[in-house]
Amino acid sequence: MAASYKNQKTRSSLVINGVLILISFFWLLPTLGVFITSFRNSQDIFTSGWWTVLPHKENIQSGEIVLDPAVDVNVPMQIEGITATFEELRQGVDLSDGRTLTWYGNKRTRTILVSEEKWVGFFFKPLTIDNYKDVLTGKEISFTDAGGNEITRKGNSLGSAFLNSIAVAVPATIIPILIAAFAAFGFSWLNFPGRSVIFTMVVAILVVPLQISLVPILQDYTKLNLNGTFLGIWLAHTGFGLPLATYLLFNYMSTLPRDLLEAAYIDGASNFTIFTKLILPLSVPALASFAIFQFLWVWNDYLIALVFLGDKSRVVTYALASIVGEKGQDWHLLTAGAFVSMLLPLAVFFALQRFFVRGLLAGSVKG
Amino acid sequence: MQKPQDKNSGTTGIVGGLAATLGRILISFFVPVITFLVLWQVFIFLRDSDAPQIVIVLVAIIWGVAGVALLYIVSNWFVEQLPDPWTRHLQPFVYVGPAVVIMGWYLAVPVLRTLILSFKDDIGVKWVGFDNYVFAFTDRIMLETFRNNLLWMIIGTAFSVGLGLLIAVLADRTRFESVYKAIIFTPMAISFVGAGVIWKFVYTYKGEGVGIEEIGLLNAVVLALGGQSQPWLSLPPWNNLFLIVIMVWLQTGYAMVVISSAIKGIPLELLEAARIDGATEIQAFFKIIIPYIKGTLITVITTIVIFSLKLFDIVRVMTGGNNGTNVIANEFYLQRFTYGNTGRASAIAIVLLIAVIPVIVNNLREFNKERRAF
Repeated sequence: MAASYKNQKTRSSLVINGVLILISFFWLLPTLGVFITSFRNSQDIFTSGWWTVLPHKENIQSGEIVLDPAVDVNVPMQIEGITATFEELRQGVDLSDGRTLTWYGNKRTRTILVSEEKWVGFFFKPLTIDNYKDVLTGKEISFTDAGGNEITRKGNSLGSAFLNSIAVAVPATIIPILIAAFAAFGFSWLNFPGRSVIFTMVVAILVVPLQISLVPILQDYTKLNLNGTFLGIWLAHTGFGLPLATYLLFNYMSTLPRDLLEAAYIDGASNFTIFTKLILPLSVPALASFAIFQFLWVWNDYLIALVFLGDKSRVVTYALASIVGEKGQDWHLLTAGAFVSMLLPLAVFFALQRFFVRGLLAGSVKG
Repeated sequence: MQKPQDKNSGTTGIVGGLAATLGRILISFFVPVITFLVLWQVFIFLRDSDAPQIVIVLVAIIWGVAGVALLYIVSNWFVEQLPDPWTRHLQPFVYVGPAVVIMGWYLAVPVLRTLILSFKDDIGVKWVGFDNYVFAFTDRIMLETFRNNLLWMIIGTAFSVGLGLLIAVLADRTRFESVYKAIIFTPMAISFVGAGVIWKFVYTYKGEGVGIEEIGLLNAVVLALGGQSQPWLSLPPWNNLFLIVIMVWLQTGYAMVVISSAIKGIPLELLEAARIDGATEIQAFFKIIIPYIKGTLITVITTIVIFSLKLFDIVRVMTGGNNGTNVIANEFYLQRFTYGNTGRASAIAIVLLIAVIPVIVNNLREFNKERRAF
């Protein structure tokens, strides 16, 4: 009885693991393909699938036979111990020793290629990091404009886009956290008229789609000359991230022990001291959760960068998307570029996954 | 926290006291002004400078972060200089004010402004009544986007949540739970543009001809199975499904993590008791696990539905909305930025807002329930 129960358990555990391994395999496969491709040279990428780097049998040319001018190609010919017509040779004829004969081109070439099926091992074609070099530096393009001036432009360089992304993402993560932390402290610990009405508004705009804001905010930015500036995009990310940040931090800060803060007030500490010395250090877990959230969101954002930053300071998503648009079949650039764009978010993600999951569980509905 | 010089001012006489007050007022006035001027100058430098990129980037980061901190410190200091009752009344607004102003500017007020613009013409000058809404609800392309968004919402959400639930339940019973979960979860960290490139490579198509070898995974598999290679992304209406696969690939991890944590909250005794009573695993799943995590499931479904409603990047990068794959958010973008029609774009944005109103109402209702603690 006990043994059969155990047997049944191992069997079901095998099935469960089998299903999960299968799903995981499908989940990884597309990324694996892009990863391997990013290290192959562009010629190989175009002529064979990435899976050919795995051991497999491949037809490899081992020699060629040039027919004697005396041989009549219009009747069956005798070659290497077999008799075959031109048409048969065009299709390829297998020899008994495993080699294949294939006619090259039309009748006049009088050439037959000999090929052999051979096992080839891992990565029998050379790998290269040139794709990464190309995509990171970009080529310089120079041209002469109508006025006769020489103009030099950097091509799609992900290197400079990477820097721009950092310039966007770091402040666009820290600024909303700072502003939201002050606000959450105000909402949870200070008393002022309108507190509850204003906070209800924050809850109401939690899921407002940001498309609502793009048209009017773009009008403002044009008037204020903020289009294409870092300040403009920081403010935009701050505006769109603030409701969630304030909401999450408020939820966290309002659970901090009341006694502790009252003791500090009685000791004569000012609000500012209490906030910086007590509340902020105690809220680190919540701050960290939101920070990762916001950082990934900003780094991976395409729409806001497209609308407010545009071509002037390309961020990685923008640069990658424009490579897709301009060179949709240049897979050596695209695959390497995709990996460059993922590098930092993946690193942050794996290093701080614990906090990310906590933020996710605390409610992650964002407009 | 009274300043020591306040005590001295009484003893040094009226002149000294007056000078101190005057000095304080002057300083309170000039410090914020100088702070603002410095920040403004750096902004101009950042906007117009030709300095090397790395310098700009560093200055931008320091300026942005330190600038905001400085503004808070200075305005807090300014408020603390005021007489005590003033400080008490004004200080909360120093803390809450910036957040409220920014949220108002970026989200609350734009709702009204977009609503007004949606009743105006393409450049926001003449009133056109409901014309833009007539367009939004009757135009052939708009109807196509509605159909596609419905596909995304129903199929995309069903598969993301279904797979997430399946993986969460199964992984809970294995020793390698964290490995499986990490693999499924990782796509959450990458951008939709990056995911677009990854999947574009899976779907890539070279066409027929002598000696052409397909380099896209899907076509290679189809060929190996004896089928014919296809340009998957230009085959309406199926291409929508191939795009939805990308969303499922990205969102299943989210559903899985949240559902998994809810499953871990189910008391073990409950499941044990059911098993002792002879319930099969399938019965336990439908009678205990599902009812127990119902609230979480609803949250996850809502989040993913909202996500698929606003979906933009994937379609933009993969097909640009061509070949019958257009979605609402992409049509919004096209109307505003390609055709330059703010009226129609605004009407489309309002349609998106209307679609999330039930969620807003629900959020407010939930919040009011909890508010007794507020």
